[in-house]
Amino acid sequence: MLMLEKRPQPSKTWTLAAPILAVILTMICGGLLFAALGKAPLETIRTIFLDPLFSEFAWFYRPQLLIKGAPLALIAIGLSFGFRAGIWNIGAEGQYIVGAICGAAVGLAVYPTESIFIFPLMVIAGVLGGMLWALIPGILKVKFDTNEILVSLMLVYVAEQLLASMALSTLRNPEGMGFPGSRNLAKYDSASSWISENAGMHWGVVAAFIAVIFAYVTLSRHQFGFNVRLAGQSPRAARFAGVNPKLLVLVCMGISGGLAGAAGLFEVAGPAGQISIDFNVGYGFTAIIVAFLGRLHPIGILLAAGLMALTYIGGEIAQSNLGLPGAAIQLMQGMLLFFLLMVDVLTNYRVRFGKGATT
Amino acid sequence: MDLSAINPILLLASLMVAATPIILAAVGELIVERAGVLNLGVEGMMITGAVCGFIVAVNTGSPFLGFIGAAIGGAVLSLLFGFLTQFLLANQVATGLALTLFGLGLSALMGQNYIGIKAPEFPDWHIPLLGDIPVIGPIVFQHDPMVYVGLAIVVAVWAFLKFSRAGLVLRAVGENHEAAHALGYHVVRVRMLAIMFGGACAGLGGAYLSLVRVPQWTEGMTAGAGWIALAIVVFASWKPMRLLLGAYLFGGVTVLQLNLQAAGMAIPVEYLSMSPYLATIAVLVIMRSGRAPGSLGQSFHASR
Repeated sequence: MLMLEKRPQPSKTWTLAAPILAVILTMICGGLLFAALGKAPLETIRTIFLDPLFSEFAWFYRPQLLIKGAPLALIAIGLSFGFRAGIWNIGAEGQYIVGAICGAAVGLAVYPTESIFIFPLMVIAGVLGGMLWALIPGILKVKFDTNEILVSLMLVYVAEQLLASMALSTLRNPEGMGFPGSRNLAKYDSASSWISENAGMHWGVVAAFIAVIFAYVTLSRHQFGFNVRLAGQSPRAARFAGVNPKLLVLVCMGISGGLAGAAGLFEVAGPAGQISIDFNVGYGFTAIIVAFLGRLHPIGILLAAGLMALTYIGGEIAQSNLGLPGAAIQLMQGMLLFFLLMVDVLTNYRVRFGKGATT
Repeated sequence: MDLSAINPILLLASLMVAATPIILAAVGELIVERAGVLNLGVEGMMITGAVCGFIVAVNTGSPFLGFIGAAIGGAVLSLLFGFLTQFLLANQVATGLALTLFGLGLSALMGQNYIGIKAPEFPDWHIPLLGDIPVIGPIVFQHDPMVYVGLAIVVAVWAFLKFSRAGLVLRAVGENHEAAHALGYHVVRVRMLAIMFGGACAGLGGAYLSLVRVPQWTEGMTAGAGWIALAIVVFASWKPMRLLLGAYLFGGVTVLQLNLQAAGMAIPVEYLSMSPYLATIAVLVIMRSGRAPGSLGQSFHASR
């Protein structure tokens, strides 16, 4: 009979080993899934995890890694603050959309003026848009004690409708011959977020790296980071230490919303190019997996974002070369989070054999 | 705009239909939460139920078998959640989210060959005497059987929690799992059963969407219905009868905005489509909910 015994302290070894074990288990189970779908399992796994990096077309795929990874890392870094403090912002997808709409609106309003101030203003608008959208559940939680998980999620569906309305009427390209979608911001020099399109470099990638460094310093060296960790581990102790729980909710929601909004803006002004009905592709939800896989730690999140970006790109290759259904990749990403949560039991508990091993 | 095109009797009748998937999913989650478990994976179980029910119904030609398949599908998926949270003591919020993400992917994969097919006909019941009453007849007594199954489950859950011994044990486990354990009740067993019931109900709710309401399979067709069900459980203060009120309120907003869209109101369609979600937020704000079950969302580990 297997027994679980609580460890006095979470195991350091397992904290690091759990994500790796989870990835290996996902590969094994993913392989079985691919075999069940009638694909060669090893070849499919190689296509997803290795081809984007090492195949003969890797020169094309490697820049894609930055493009897909940047929004994931940016959003996940923001989420990690709240998740550490027990504040669950699940609506990053909505904040990402609203950030993109606000930022793009600024750029489109001044079209076709050229000025170096336009792009910074768009970034500010994007951050503010995402932040305000995230503060709605934050303020409602503080004022009325509503559940931030449900409200932030409801606002995703509201944001999706808002996006459709913007793409169809308010922000539609007047020269677009009636097609839905805005002007292409990536082709408008002052508003484009590209630094080098061939290298996959845009300002969002730069922002993601800055966010990682900033989060690392804040969490390990600053009072605020300490408060966040304290509030998550022991809310009572945090209150005695003078942490204002309401302010903490607002700040954590604000940070995560602002970063998600920024990610949306960088995406709309670069890789996506325009506001369109299907602009959002679920980065806001995948970022939740990234945040957990990265152990809510900035460096871990950077690595996890890279891995997730890899599965996106590898998934696309497998889709076109091997005919793997796109949903299989989505399923594999969900599976990864499951395995991680499953393996995590080893971080907090010791497994003992035999009855009565616990005292 | 032509408001006279809206028929109040039809409006109220379709309200009952619109509320049914929410009622089914919410009543399942209510039992889960009364047992002290917070399963945020309702959306994932609903969409899995929707696709399982659709596949079974199309292949057998029987919507009834479809609903049974959906309940089994939802319950099996919920076992995954139960195993992780009850035996491996994983964080319930994170596991629930994982269940939703996993369910959305799984359903998309299972349903990829079923897009564009029509579900087999599921005829309305015309209840003999009651259905002939003017006004009330068409509103209440001329629906498909699942509408009444949903209502019956709510009444059964209410009676179970209020009058039965098992219901008392379930509430004890939810209020204080340490005390229930000390009294010799099997906390984990009770919770696993509750989780499976919740999964089966969510599956039924999902299948109601794919077999009756739409009736087709499309990816992501639940469109947040599972999350709305979670909100309605909070709104209902974990009481079965108030849950009906919440679900009908929500159904009313949904049906009204659809009717306003059809009547050609001056407000753009997108803004009308937002209204059910905004109404849910408003309801969460206005209704200061009652007390949640004492052990809600906490892992139970029998260490002593």
